Amino acid sequence: MTDQIAFDRRQFLQTSTALAAATAGLGLFDAAPANAQAPAPRRGGTFTFAISAETPHYDAHGSDTFATLHFAAPFYSTLLQFDLADYPKVKADLAREWTVADDLMTYTFRLVTNATFHDGTPVTSADVKATYDRLRAPPTGVVSTRQATFADIDVIETPDAHTVVFKMKAPNPAMIEHFASPWNFIYSAAVLARDPNAPRTTVMGSGPFRFGEHVRGSHVTGTRNDRYFREGRPYLDGFRGVFMTQPAAMMNALQGGQVLAEFRGISPAERDRLVQVMGERVRIEESSWTLNLLIVFNTEKKPFDDVRVRRALHMAIDRRAGAQGLARTATLRDAGGLIRPGSPFAIKDEDLLRMPGFGRDIAAARAEARRLLREAGVPNLTFVLHNRNLAQPYTPAGIFVVDQWRQIGVNVEHRQSETSPYLAGMSSGNFDVAVDFSNLFMDEPSLSLAKYVSFNRAPENRSRAIDAELDRLYAAQGRERDFQRRYDLIRQFERRALDQAYQVPLLWWHRIVPTHRTVMGWQMSPSHNLGQSLGDVWLNV
Amino acid sequence: MFGYLVNRLLLMIPTLLGVAVLIFFMLRVVPGDIVEVKLRGDGGNVTQETIDAERARLGLDRPLAVQFGDWMVGLVTLDLGKSMWTDRPVVEEIALRLELTLQVAVMATIIAILIAIPLGTLSALFKDTWIDYVVRIVTIAGLAVPSFWLGMLIILALLYWFNWLPPITYTPFYVDPVANISQLIWPALAVGYRYSAVVARMVRSSIVEVMKEDYIRTARAKGVFEKLVVARHAMRNAMLPAITVIGLEFAFLIGGLVVTEQVFNLNGLGRLFVQAVSRNDFTLIQSIVMLIALVFIVTNLVVDLLYAWLDPRIRYGGK
Repeated sequence: MTDQIAFDRRQFLQTSTALAAATAGLGLFDAAPANAQAPAPRRGGTFTFAISAETPHYDAHGSDTFATLHFAAPFYSTLLQFDLADYPKVKADLAREWTVADDLMTYTFRLVTNATFHDGTPVTSADVKATYDRLRAPPTGVVSTRQATFADIDVIETPDAHTVVFKMKAPNPAMIEHFASPWNFIYSAAVLARDPNAPRTTVMGSGPFRFGEHVRGSHVTGTRNDRYFREGRPYLDGFRGVFMTQPAAMMNALQGGQVLAEFRGISPAERDRLVQVMGERVRIEESSWTLNLLIVFNTEKKPFDDVRVRRALHMAIDRRAGAQGLARTATLRDAGGLIRPGSPFAIKDEDLLRMPGFGRDIAAARAEARRLLREAGVPNLTFVLHNRNLAQPYTPAGIFVVDQWRQIGVNVEHRQSETSPYLAGMSSGNFDVAVDFSNLFMDEPSLSLAKYVSFNRAPENRSRAIDAELDRLYAAQGRERDFQRRYDLIRQFERRALDQAYQVPLLWWHRIVPTHRTVMGWQMSPSHNLGQSLGDVWLNV
Repeated sequence: MFGYLVNRLLLMIPTLLGVAVLIFFMLRVVPGDIVEVKLRGDGGNVTQETIDAERARLGLDRPLAVQFGDWMVGLVTLDLGKSMWTDRPVVEEIALRLELTLQVAVMATIIAILIAIPLGTLSALFKDTWIDYVVRIVTIAGLAVPSFWLGMLIILALLYWFNWLPPITYTPFYVDPVANISQLIWPALAVGYRYSAVVARMVRSSIVEVMKEDYIRTARAKGVFEKLVVARHAMRNAMLPAITVIGLEFAFLIGGLVVTEQVFNLNGLGRLFVQAVSRNDFTLIQSIVMLIALVFIVTNLVVDLLYAWLDPRIRYGGK
């Protein structure tokens, strides 16, 4: 990169052994944390940033888009949160301390006693219970996209106003990280009692900022919550998130200083433009991303119920060449398996080469793909590729795979839709083959692999495949506490998933975040879903 | 004249009714289901029970005739219902964007008229001279250059030369006129240039035609000054087709600025319309279509009335 990325890597790695291990293991940061050499935080100012999509509603429990978090996270608290300075460790938010039973069957949280919702009512264990009851068993008419995640919770007890106890049906090694999920906004029990769907249209949180206004199609504003439970926070007087769905308009606004940051991520070409024209005024931070694109085959539709067809289409894609080309223009970079490359449970590169669809000899792979298609009786296969109409990275990824399949004689119509119809089409099984995505907020394998287990257990598996062997391996790795044995089980899962090719990874994303030099206190992470409460952000002006 | 006006106003009713019937039933024929998109568009696992409940809440489970009847009653009582996507009143959703869109349309129209009439007239009066050639180049360029692309050039020029960009969120004129104008003048210029090119070409060809008319020759023969011939006799007649074009272009701008709105990050009606269509938000689509239809009808009426004002030979409703 350029000298605009002021990163003292040595100093960063010296901060702690744990962080160094995490950084080396996860391939986390290529660039500086925003406050590597930060002066003392200053209070005041309004922070304006771009949000590259507008949330359809305010309810994070029923959302899977970053647009909801970048809009609403500053208004809410969660039980725990990820410590981005020491990722992937978790730290306190509303829970000041917590204990986990040795058998992972009981989690006890003690809440801060000074937290209040923005209407002045105190935050108590009843609010936490109501929130998690809504997440794990939403009432009729309420959508919780995290119902499966919290299905292992058996009972939630509230022995006093500031203690909450979760008792589990089965142990889940990733549970504590799930309690730090940015999607689990704590809602007011009183508000939920009046209308369980109120969080979709109204904002009532206990976060660092109070809701100001949402001008639909334009922007959202927040003002400092003076009664915020963390002493001295937030630093900002307020913020303004401007919806900018046009990348060109957003780049101009960043360059012109109308917005000071965009937190989802920009493309390499956009990064280069900003660095070239803004010089020292812009800070670029990069990280591998807990996001990957997948090719998903609808196994309820012919001929994609035939493993030979799926495997042929999987093998015809030259991911390594694609990664090199697409990394120059798109937010895609790494060819990898089911777990994020560089993270502790990721497949080693030499092992990946032996996985179907990841070998170096693409000519041989394509010859085998043609043979499989002939054997399956569809040598001149034609289908529609269902894709999202976002320029980055869906469009280039779609064009890339269409070209790859054309090279084995497959004719594909590339059809792109707006986000909501795109997701609805996949959720209802109304597609042949789709470019899907896996949007994670952490690297825990149980989360990463959940998308690949049987459809009747994981609705986010858009291939709609049922595979008892994958389910067995998934459960086994989830129970395993020994690292190496768990690693081996994950490899078995991965091989089975790639052999069957119900859905296959295409490429992993690469996150590039631009912020003006004046923006301090924001922490880069491998997930664009994390760290958006803005409580620690301040302006050095 | 009064009778003509009443007649035209009454004729608006069946026209709007026809539009309403067409849009209502066409939307129901087009594939797509807002409830699926709304509830499953987040990627979550939503039960059929929840989908059915939402469909019932939105009234989509009732017979089409009942839904149409309700909508008609709403139109008459100016209760356009709620957006099926945001659950906000449709009037509120449209009003939020209409103010900005109307202002851009009015400013673009003013810019277009200020540019087009002098240029078109000069071009016609100095036909086949260098002035005419220059104006023709300018106007043909205006027709050829898309407004959104000109908008992008304007933004890049502002950034390059002044390191400045217009505000990105809308401020009403009555709140801060400077912020308002400094935001909207640029899209108005981008759109107004193309608009002016269309009108200037029309003005030029009309004046060229009119200048060949007998009454122009008669006026000159009577010794009327050339400036008066042009201003009093030629211009008024030549303006009739130009006004038609101005009216149509103005009505088009109300819903047709989608790409320009994106370039300038404007929260306008065009973007709202596109979003509503992509989400199958029936109530919002229907209302926006009715609004655009109404703008076209009213604009045509105003154009017709201007005809009568400009050309004394045109008298409506007389015997």
